[in-house]
Amino acid sequence: MDIQYSGKDRILLVITYILLGLFILVILFPLVYVVLASFLTPNVLITKGLAIAPSDWTVTGYIKILSNDAMIRGFFNAVFYSAAFALATVFFSVFAAYPLSIEGLAGKRPVMIFFLITMFFGGGLIPTYLVVKDLGMLNTVWAVILPGAISVFNIILAKTFFQGLPKELFQAASIDGASDLGIFFRIVLPLSKPIIFVLALYAFVGQWNSYFDAMIYLDDSRLFPLQLVLRSILIQNQVQPGMIADALAQAELKKLSEMIKYSSIVISSLPLIVMYPFFQKYFEKGAMVGSIK
Amino acid sequence: MANPMVQQRGTELKQHKSWLSYVRRNYILYLFLAPAVILTVIFKYVPMYGAIIAFKDFSPRRGIMGSAWVGFEHFQRFLSSPNFYDILMNTLKLSAYGLILGFPVPILLALMLNLIRSAKLKKNVQLIVYAPNFISVVVVTGMLFVFLSPTGVVNAMITTFTGKPVSFMSDPAYFRSVYILSGIWQTAGWSSIIYVATLAGVDPQLHDAATIDGASLLKRIRHIDLPALRPVMAVLFILAAGGIMSIGYEKAFLMQTALNTPTSEIIATYVYKVGLQAGDYAYSTAIGLFNSVINVILLVFVNTVVKRLNEGEGLY
Repeated sequence: MDIQYSGKDRILLVITYILLGLFILVILFPLVYVVLASFLTPNVLITKGLAIAPSDWTVTGYIKILSNDAMIRGFFNAVFYSAAFALATVFFSVFAAYPLSIEGLAGKRPVMIFFLITMFFGGGLIPTYLVVKDLGMLNTVWAVILPGAISVFNIILAKTFFQGLPKELFQAASIDGASDLGIFFRIVLPLSKPIIFVLALYAFVGQWNSYFDAMIYLDDSRLFPLQLVLRSILIQNQVQPGMIADALAQAELKKLSEMIKYSSIVISSLPLIVMYPFFQKYFEKGAMVGSIK
Repeated sequence: MANPMVQQRGTELKQHKSWLSYVRRNYILYLFLAPAVILTVIFKYVPMYGAIIAFKDFSPRRGIMGSAWVGFEHFQRFLSSPNFYDILMNTLKLSAYGLILGFPVPILLALMLNLIRSAKLKKNVQLIVYAPNFISVVVVTGMLFVFLSPTGVVNAMITTFTGKPVSFMSDPAYFRSVYILSGIWQTAGWSSIIYVATLAGVDPQLHDAATIDGASLLKRIRHIDLPALRPVMAVLFILAAGGIMSIGYEKAFLMQTALNTPTSEIIATYVYKVGLQAGDYAYSTAIGLFNSVINVILLVFVNTVVKRLNEGEGLY
């Protein structure tokens, strides 16, 4: 590099690197600790530190988790809810955004305002709950998927993207006699893969990590997504039936439940943590457009 | 702008004899809007109408229309209830402290990331600091419970020094610190994205010219980088400050234990408890509505203040 740093600048740089290093340590320590602890008999890390003996390693926690029906069911429920939610989000946002991106379409402004109002005003928890209840959607998959599938924010995101598409394409297509439908499905959609991907990705991750709607709308534990099962294990301290044989002594039970906690954290967070670096570009794009809006 | 198709559409309404023939010509486009409009009506506008139960003696059996009006009774009940002051202050403190402590961290982080000269190193650091954002709130709270429990790793370290474990998760004195610091741990990296991108857009020639003129690194950060970030900072600050009352229940609710409610009970968790656990729909809705009204007032207030400080640049 051709830039010469002065002595004072060097000190600042060194401080920066030290601070960043500390920050990274703080971020990584809990994550690494959880992964290590999930493979070790409880309290090894606390009592022995990193002086781990070969006999301390175990996969009991994982075996318990992976042989537990509630966890497995929760996992597949979460996959289903997240995929369906992503699909619904893309469907509702993309179709609504396209007409709103067309300049001069009559009635566009009032519709936009109609959507924007929901950004600032809402009915609140109970009135929304009552609507879901009155529609007979309580304790059904729909309650988890539909109410959140519409968001002004996503519509604006898609609309901005459509407005940035090269106008010459539309022009040429309409001269060639393409209909609105033809233009949308043959030209706009194929060009919109990036934005569709960003919308779907965010919706999927958001749904995967959420618990609240499922908690208030679902009663039947067979419908619970992963996060609700995790909540009972991690926070309510309920050991899932079948995870620990009842004959075990209290101390043993506590030990096992500790291991189950660590391994369930790893198993539930792994898919996203592993997949996110590959999609980092798209996530960043979403975060950018999102905060500028 | 001057797209023939656009002009064609724009002038079409005038060319057509009536609205009807215009709509008939473009009906596909209006059809596209229908699903989103219907869903918005059902899940956003109907609940807005439903919020009038805050002014009624609501019973699900009689329905919204059939229930009698009670005016501001529920609001008065909330304002005069013994927990009102505590809950309001808990809400305000939790988000105000969170804002004060949490707002500068992403900015600092972005400024530091911007100093990393190796693109590869920068990308790897970003990869790590963004990661916690992808962990669910249930898992983060679960981690807090295992790490901070009296027998957890943090207390193991504390006990070696002081001999006494600290009950982080049950002592009300620690709720806010744990909530806010874990929030920073989880989101600071992710929130820095927008600042990092803004800094990447700063013209390098500005820095070169300043360096030639003998400006130090610190001076360049102060006079080039920070001014570049200011508009983004202003917008994000207004949004964050305006949302002070709408702090989410998702994490607070999970972190709540029977013992820490003196500080952990905030309006959002209270609305949930009163409404869905106790079934007092109307009262709960009134509290929620009260919250929203304060929110709007705050947003307008903060926007005005920031506008004045920021040379007339606000959110609107």
